[in-house]
Amino acid sequence: METTFTPIASAVGGSLIGLAAVSLMLLRGKIMGATGILAGALRPASSTDWTWRALVLVGMLCGPWIYFAGAGQLPEIVVPSSNVLLVIGGVLVGAGVTLGSGCTSGHGVCGMARLSPRSFAATATFMLTTGVTVYVTRHLFGV
Amino acid sequence: MRNILTLLIGVVFGTGIALSGMANPAKVLNFFDIAGTWDPSLAFVMGGALIVTFIGYRFVLKRDHPVYEPAFDIPTKKTLDARLLTGAGIFGIGWGIAGFCPGGALPALGTANPKVILFVAALIAGMLGTRLLMTRMMISRHDLRQAD
Repeated sequence: METTFTPIASAVGGSLIGLAAVSLMLLRGKIMGATGILAGALRPASSTDWTWRALVLVGMLCGPWIYFAGAGQLPEIVVPSSNVLLVIGGVLVGAGVTLGSGCTSGHGVCGMARLSPRSFAATATFMLTTGVTVYVTRHLFGV
Repeated sequence: MRNILTLLIGVVFGTGIALSGMANPAKVLNFFDIAGTWDPSLAFVMGGALIVTFIGYRFVLKRDHPVYEPAFDIPTKKTLDARLLTGAGIFGIGWGIAGFCPGGALPALGTANPKVILFVAALIAGMLGTRLLMTRMMISRHDLRQAD
């Protein structure tokens, strides 16, 4: 399925993601990684450790509604995968980010921005396996 | 004030995700589909986020400590290991199948889209299940060592 190329909206959106990452480091000294924040919220080390994570997560949920206020509609969410594949994908993502200690935001943005060798290696690895998976499912199996 | 600003950081992140297209699996998957319906938008998301974070971190990390905390909480490990690369590899396979990464899906949960709820439930199950297995394996390795 075709999607529209949106360089400006995507670059502005990316910059806001960066602004959030820099602000969280400046104010709380934490990495803006979705995996780490969620994992810690599921099993917090202390109540103060839980509070900042819960606040960031609740704030995130408001994002689509801020978009709504500006654009007059919610952001488009089109899921090409079946529910079964969505669950398989979800479990694999959960397992992978737990083993690999991070995802696109933690490794791909925050880790690479602080020039962490582990984050460069992790990002290169998951970008490669995502690309191979998309090629295999779409062009070899025709999902 | 500290809590309001922390909440606002989440709002800014979630708005960025919504605007960037990262909450839309069709768009994310098209970035990787160079051989098909390629949409290079994701490169602009990563580019924008990386430039701002790279420059911002230069200034922020010169400080002695964050505004509201006694110290920065930053991973110190530098060496690569099999666990990191295996995990990243598995994450990519899941991302390629579902089209959602955790940072894309969590803000999208705010729309109460049933597909997003299903993905996040599977994501949390995968995270908790893997952590349980990892803890068990560490315990059994510890037991083996003690048996020696």
